[in-house]
Amino acid sequence: MKINSVKIISLLFFVLSAFYLYTAHQIQVFAFDEGAPFNAKTFPIYLGYAGMFFSGLKIVLPDQKPVEVDPTYLEFKKTILLVLTMIVYGATILKVGFFLSTSLFLVFSYYFLGERRWKFIIIFSFPFVAVFMYLLHGVLAVYLRDPLLKYIGIMG
Amino acid sequence: MIEGILIGLKTALSFQNLLMVMIGCFAGTIIGMLPGLGPMTAIALMIPITYGFDPATGLILMAGVYYGAVFGGSTSSILINAPGVPGTVATSFDGYPMAQQGKAGKALAIAAYSSFAGGTISAIFLLIAAPSLSKISLSFRSPDYFGLMILGLTAVAAFSSRGNFLKAMMMCVFGLMLASIGQDTLSDIPRFTFNNMNLSDGISFVLVVMATFAMSEALTIVIKGNDPSKAAKQISLTDLGSIKVNKEETKQMAATIPRSSILGFIIGVLPGAGATIASFLAYGMERNFVKDEEKEKFGKGSVQGLSAPETANNAACSGSFVPLLTLGIPGSGTTAVMLGALLGFGIQPGPRLYQTNPDIFWSVIMSMYIGMVVLLILNLPLIPYIARILAVPRTFLIPMILFFSVTGIYLMSFNNFDIFLMIGIAVVATILRLYDFPMPPLILAFVLGGLMEENLRRSLLISDGSWSFLWDRPLTLIIMLIIILIVGWQIYKSFSKKQ
Repeated sequence: MKINSVKIISLLFFVLSAFYLYTAHQIQVFAFDEGAPFNAKTFPIYLGYAGMFFSGLKIVLPDQKPVEVDPTYLEFKKTILLVLTMIVYGATILKVGFFLSTSLFLVFSYYFLGERRWKFIIIFSFPFVAVFMYLLHGVLAVYLRDPLLKYIGIMG
Repeated sequence: MIEGILIGLKTALSFQNLLMVMIGCFAGTIIGMLPGLGPMTAIALMIPITYGFDPATGLILMAGVYYGAVFGGSTSSILINAPGVPGTVATSFDGYPMAQQGKAGKALAIAAYSSFAGGTISAIFLLIAAPSLSKISLSFRSPDYFGLMILGLTAVAAFSSRGNFLKAMMMCVFGLMLASIGQDTLSDIPRFTFNNMNLSDGISFVLVVMATFAMSEALTIVIKGNDPSKAAKQISLTDLGSIKVNKEETKQMAATIPRSSILGFIIGVLPGAGATIASFLAYGMERNFVKDEEKEKFGKGSVQGLSAPETANNAACSGSFVPLLTLGIPGSGTTAVMLGALLGFGIQPGPRLYQTNPDIFWSVIMSMYIGMVVLLILNLPLIPYIARILAVPRTFLIPMILFFSVTGIYLMSFNNFDIFLMIGIAVVATILRLYDFPMPPLILAFVLGGLMEENLRRSLLISDGSWSFLWDRPLTLIIMLIIILIVGWQIYKSFSKKQ
């Protein structure tokens, strides 16, 4: 059996299914439901076994279509930077407000992906978000939380 | 039926709904045109917007987006040889060579006319088949539904994964596992929440769709370093040539369209098959039907080679609505997303939809046809302008997709946790995509999870805990035998390879 990334993912899925099965057994059902033909843990228990069955087969059986992914061609740096930017965006959107956090998220994302034309970066961030917010908040009356704009007095 | 059609037409032709079809087709065309983004992503991005509308309007918008995205996928296949969706891969076989010969406008027109004709013929089939099947499916019971749902999942896994059946089944189980998180619907007992209040209501369907499609597709494009804008330079996007189709070409299309429509519709109805298989089969069938001299032109810009897959993939789109509207069981990833949206509106599709919500049932069917007309009248003349979207650099495109995904979830929950969960699922989905783990089975399973558990619960309670419900009724037995055959055959194929 040749070990490759797909087998490793399958093994991880096997472990996940086993953990899921263990957790399913730990679900506390009502005392009168314990011996019932079906209770809250019945379906998850079958799912846990199904997950272990299919991932087990994937580990044991040969790959019909081996997937070759050459890591040298993958853009890890850009992807990680983008994911981190999204996490920061997610963390600040409620506290800082929609306008500033979204605009900065767009500016940094454009930059990390290699964009250097600052004129376009600015146009498609701050004014773009302002128009988007106006459409959503002003026209469609969709509530957008923005403590910063509220503090300045732009938003009611 | 006539009354139903009139109700549907009245709803679909109201000013608001007509506007939604137009917006949907237009937005769908643009999103579907972008390589890597297909109808599922397009619909997923629309879901948060549709929750502000009434169900009929929301569904009409999504149906418009669906058709627009399929049409948009054909456009990128023809112009830059980069199919936006797997269903339009076969379109590029003859569409792109035609464009290279300076006939890009003509290729787009043939694709549009074929799509329109395929969609029209299959909409008529849908009109006839859906109400009849609804009446039959009223006799279905919980064990049959449970069996049908497993059949849907195994069939999607078998057809959509192209040799990756076990990977697809793992994704099905993963989708079901995600669906099981949260309070049990009957007893309210928390499951897999790990004392986190944010998980007690379960994971939102929109969150999972956004994460596994919109967001992970964007991340996959970044990590693979594909640059659609570089590919777009192959053909001039400003001069596409004439869109006029001559008599000889019309004659060729007239022969191809009816047979490809029938094939596409039948394939579309089958669970799991869908537009991709329909388009490839139609291409292969057409090649067998034409004369030897025409056969030589296949792959080099044949009119019939372009018309056949385009007709079939649109016919399959309509066909895929049959199991969704009549049984409440989606046969494809895209219709699974639509099922999720329907459930979000508080509507349970199935045989009773025809009786309980005739306005929705018929307006969705009629709006499909209106969508086809809109695509032909509105999009075709605008294609030279819309095509320039293909030149938008990914440095702007990717952040916009991520922005719309995060905003979609933010507007629904105003909760940081949901955003972090979405990012987490998107990262996992991106890694899985890199190694060819298919995402449609995951979505289908996620949507069906609750329904599957409910039907299993009823079946087991009725049979007092015995699994004999799986073979007590002939219909359930037949369904189970088909499932065993599919699973057994797929595992045998993997095993025989070893030997």
